[in-house]
Amino acid sequence: MRHLMSPLDFSVKELDSLLNLADDIEKNPAKYAHACDGKILATCFYEPSTRTRLSFESAMLRLGGQVLGFSEAGSSSAAKGESGSDTIRVISCYADICAIRHPKEGAPLVGSQKSLIPVINAGDGGHQHPTQTLTDLLTIKQKKGRLDNLTIGLCGDLKFGRTVHSLIEALVRYENVSFVLISPDELRVPSYIREEVLDANNIPYKEVERLEDAMADLDILYMTRIQKERFFNEEEYLRMKGFYILDPKKMEFAKDDMIIMHPLPRVNEISVEVDKDERANYFEQAQYGVYVRMALILTLLEVQV
Amino acid sequence: MINVGAIKEGYVLDHIQVGMALQIYNDLNLKAMKDCTIAIITNVCSPTMGRKDILKVECPLGSIDLDVLGFLDHNITVNVIEDEKIVDKKKLKLPKQICNVIKCKNPRCITSIEQELDQIFFLTDEEKEIYRCKYCEEKYRSHKRNKLN
Repeated sequence: MRHLMSPLDFSVKELDSLLNLADDIEKNPAKYAHACDGKILATCFYEPSTRTRLSFESAMLRLGGQVLGFSEAGSSSAAKGESGSDTIRVISCYADICAIRHPKEGAPLVGSQKSLIPVINAGDGGHQHPTQTLTDLLTIKQKKGRLDNLTIGLCGDLKFGRTVHSLIEALVRYENVSFVLISPDELRVPSYIREEVLDANNIPYKEVERLEDAMADLDILYMTRIQKERFFNEEEYLRMKGFYILDPKKMEFAKDDMIIMHPLPRVNEISVEVDKDERANYFEQAQYGVYVRMALILTLLEVQV
Repeated sequence: MINVGAIKEGYVLDHIQVGMALQIYNDLNLKAMKDCTIAIITNVCSPTMGRKDILKVECPLGSIDLDVLGFLDHNITVNVIEDEKIVDKKKLKLPKQICNVIKCKNPRCITSIEQELDQIFFLTDEEKEIYRCKYCEEKYRSHKRNKLN
């Protein structure tokens, strides 16, 4: 039995298979419509996340399976003081596979140690969010046709943005990938990502403060939201919010085939006028999130179609 | 010159950084070894270190967790004593994993709310002596590095 805690749990070869499966699901949805008949996915969300939860539920429903779960800690037995380990041990009796989101880092790993069913980390604090990374990789592969030979600009909250950290860790495994890290000094990528991931793998990167300075070089621009829940201090959050806003004027500097990605939800960092630009891919990215979660559920349940 | 008697069975922990013997005593929880004779010798002249500390612990062999000691300071020399003679000199290494020696300080880590979880850290960079929490990957430097910095 296998769990997914980090995007690096899969080798490059395994990731290729998963992304190919997601591609086949996109092209032939009917073939997979009953692949999980009789199977149940439990979505255990200890903090609110509409998109990720609904994406998981949509994925299971599209595979013919069913879903149960809770969407906040208050409606789970955690409110009564039950440990996550005990909860997952019980949920193992009710479902065939489980997706856990938890504000505490490492909580899904603790759950997986006691679980009798595959556990998927659906986001743990500022730590990991592997299915977002799988979504991002599928989007890049489908839109650019490759995961190598790319210059990726990552913009916004690079300090607390776990999607950014996971994406960097996943992409450094491919050939000839370079990064432009666009953030204010206060929200730079943490030193361990620079030293232990980028430097350790000899990955070229540069850090800039202005989005305009980076645009012309990019194959992909990955925007992120400044997340209020990652700050202990309201004042600091308010100062950082709105530091970067992508608008049609800034898009004039970009390549014609650059793609814009965003894990969503967006607040104000991409102006709505940009939605009309054909380089905007963030809503399709959400669609790819369903396909890749379908592929993941099939893979972890070892369902052959 | 102060004479501290020879020990029959146990350990002499030599080349402890000066001033650190009491810290090592506490971190190894030697206080709990109530039947053992322990000598803390501090500020001893050393040709290689200038000054150093020494701990002599008379105890049954196997009573001291050498992995923990390796994490605390892998440059300490461990002399193993049997019948008042040094029968082995152990070179310490940074352990690959430590369990319940240090606590994760990340307030977002699951160990901050689930108290029954073991506090497990893995050695992720031997050269820089960096450990990471098993659950949240929060970084910790080895004990000695922390003290030096």
